[in-house]
Amino acid sequence: MAEISWPWQYNFPPFFTIQPHTETRTKQLEAWQQLIVEYLKSTKQSTIDVRESQNSPLFNNASINRKLSQEAVLTILEDMAKTGRAAPIDKSKNIWEIYWHSLDEWGNMIYSWASNNGLNNSVCTIFELREGENTVDEEFHGLDVNILIKALKRLETKGKCELMEFNDSQGVKFF
Amino acid sequence: MDRFEYIDARLFEGETYIKRDKNVKIYDGEDKTQFTDGEVILTTHRILWGKPGDIPKGLVCLSLHLYYVFCLEEERLKANGVFDLSFKERIILHLGPALPGKRPGPAVVSPYHFVKFSFKDGIDPAFYKALNDAVSAKAWERLSPLVSPSSSTSPTSSPKPVTSINSKIRSGIVGIERSIEEQHRATDESITVAFQDLTKLMTKAKDMVAISKNISAKIREKQGDISEDDTVRFKSYLMSLGIDDPVTRDTFRSDSEYYMGLSQQISDMMVAVLMDCGGIMSLADVWCRVNRARGLELISPEDLLNACKLLQTIGAPMSMRKFPSGACVLQLNSHRDEEVAKDTSRLLEENGFLTPVKLSQIASVSVLLARERLFTTERLGLACRDESIEGLAFYPNLFLKSVS
Repeated sequence: MAEISWPWQYNFPPFFTIQPHTETRTKQLEAWQQLIVEYLKSTKQSTIDVRESQNSPLFNNASINRKLSQEAVLTILEDMAKTGRAAPIDKSKNIWEIYWHSLDEWGNMIYSWASNNGLNNSVCTIFELREGENTVDEEFHGLDVNILIKALKRLETKGKCELMEFNDSQGVKFF
Repeated sequence: MDRFEYIDARLFEGETYIKRDKNVKIYDGEDKTQFTDGEVILTTHRILWGKPGDIPKGLVCLSLHLYYVFCLEEERLKANGVFDLSFKERIILHLGPALPGKRPGPAVVSPYHFVKFSFKDGIDPAFYKALNDAVSAKAWERLSPLVSPSSSTSPTSSPKPVTSINSKIRSGIVGIERSIEEQHRATDESITVAFQDLTKLMTKAKDMVAISKNISAKIREKQGDISEDDTVRFKSYLMSLGIDDPVTRDTFRSDSEYYMGLSQQISDMMVAVLMDCGGIMSLADVWCRVNRARGLELISPEDLLNACKLLQTIGAPMSMRKFPSGACVLQLNSHRDEEVAKDTSRLLEENGFLTPVKLSQIASVSVLLARERLFTTERLGLACRDESIEGLAFYPNLFLKSVS
């Protein structure tokens, strides 16, 4: 959290009110998208719980005493969903996954890491991918499990890997 | 009956015929006489009564000099008898005493001081009026003593006009009657005079209103000098003075005509006012001003609304406008949104941010109008809003201005 440098909008009170004027609103939502992505990247998070949004400093700037209402958060997330940057986990739309990289991008990233480390035709557990020592430098290190799985599934459809299940855990084989 | 004379029915020199009537009966006071079913001829000097056909032939008839008559009365009595539903209509002539040297008449003395002419066909109002006029005209006074063509009397005995017989010196019941008559007449006259004053007042008032309209027109021409104190004072006086003929509903047959007229009146009135307050005014304020100016015959809000809708149809320099937020205003056509937005955005820059209340104080407009200004500025992309529990505020639109 300390690493993130808040953009100027963060300290601009109108930023926390969804603007009715179309042009202004577009710009505002753009800025929000970027901020969310940056924030989640730096905090290694991939999900946003709308019900908890009020507590997060992302949506609540105590210094200017402004925060986004839950409705506003939802509006922003739905807007992001249009560009494929976010998706709700369930119909209740309370928890959203944010893809600061798209699933394809994740998949490619993982695959290229696998290739670079000579893991072709070998198996890797999800745990290894996520929290293994080898992946500490990688962006996907600590990535949300669900997202990882989704990314791998996408990769699977491209025929570059295959998801398997062992006794307790899941693994993936790269081709 | 003693004032009548027997004489040939011929006009004297200087005497002219005025009117005639028929089926006339004479009463001596309250008594009937033998003189029934006759004709009467009214002249400038006398009233003649004769059997039908006698007077035109110049035969002997009854003649009564009008100078005897000091008072006229109309009498309308219901006829006696159950089955007779007609009215008896009579003219009562109150007479002064007989003068010496009078020709012989039907009677030498008479206990009564009045006679009645009874008109079987009803009193002709024209006849009555003519008789009245003739009596008051006193034509015999203006001319030289009458010379009767067949008279052989000496000039000294010719009857002189005796108008002073109407003096109040007369005592007795008749005198009292006469004084009552006088009182009636005096009251009548004074009332007429009083009402005359009113008509004078009304004409004066019309003049006053014309003058004030003049002044207001002149002021409107001098629009550039709005800052002058005198002009401002005049304007305020005129607003409270009122409008001359307020357009009322009953003046017009159809509602739309009424609204057209009302709309024109509002337009004329509000042009100057709108210029004063920056070209825009909320409809509620307009209603207050209009009614204050009208004084009487106030208009309802619905009437104002309907009239304002027609402003564009009549080509007025102003129009009614409804903002997206629902507020209704009256706006001069020369008033431009862009200018307002620019002006407001400049104020925003100067002040960092503005709330409607603060803007209303800075710009000296009502809070409603200040809100509308901020909304307009936002609509044009020059401001963005900030809604929080602290209220609504507006900031300069940095989203669009800065390249972030």
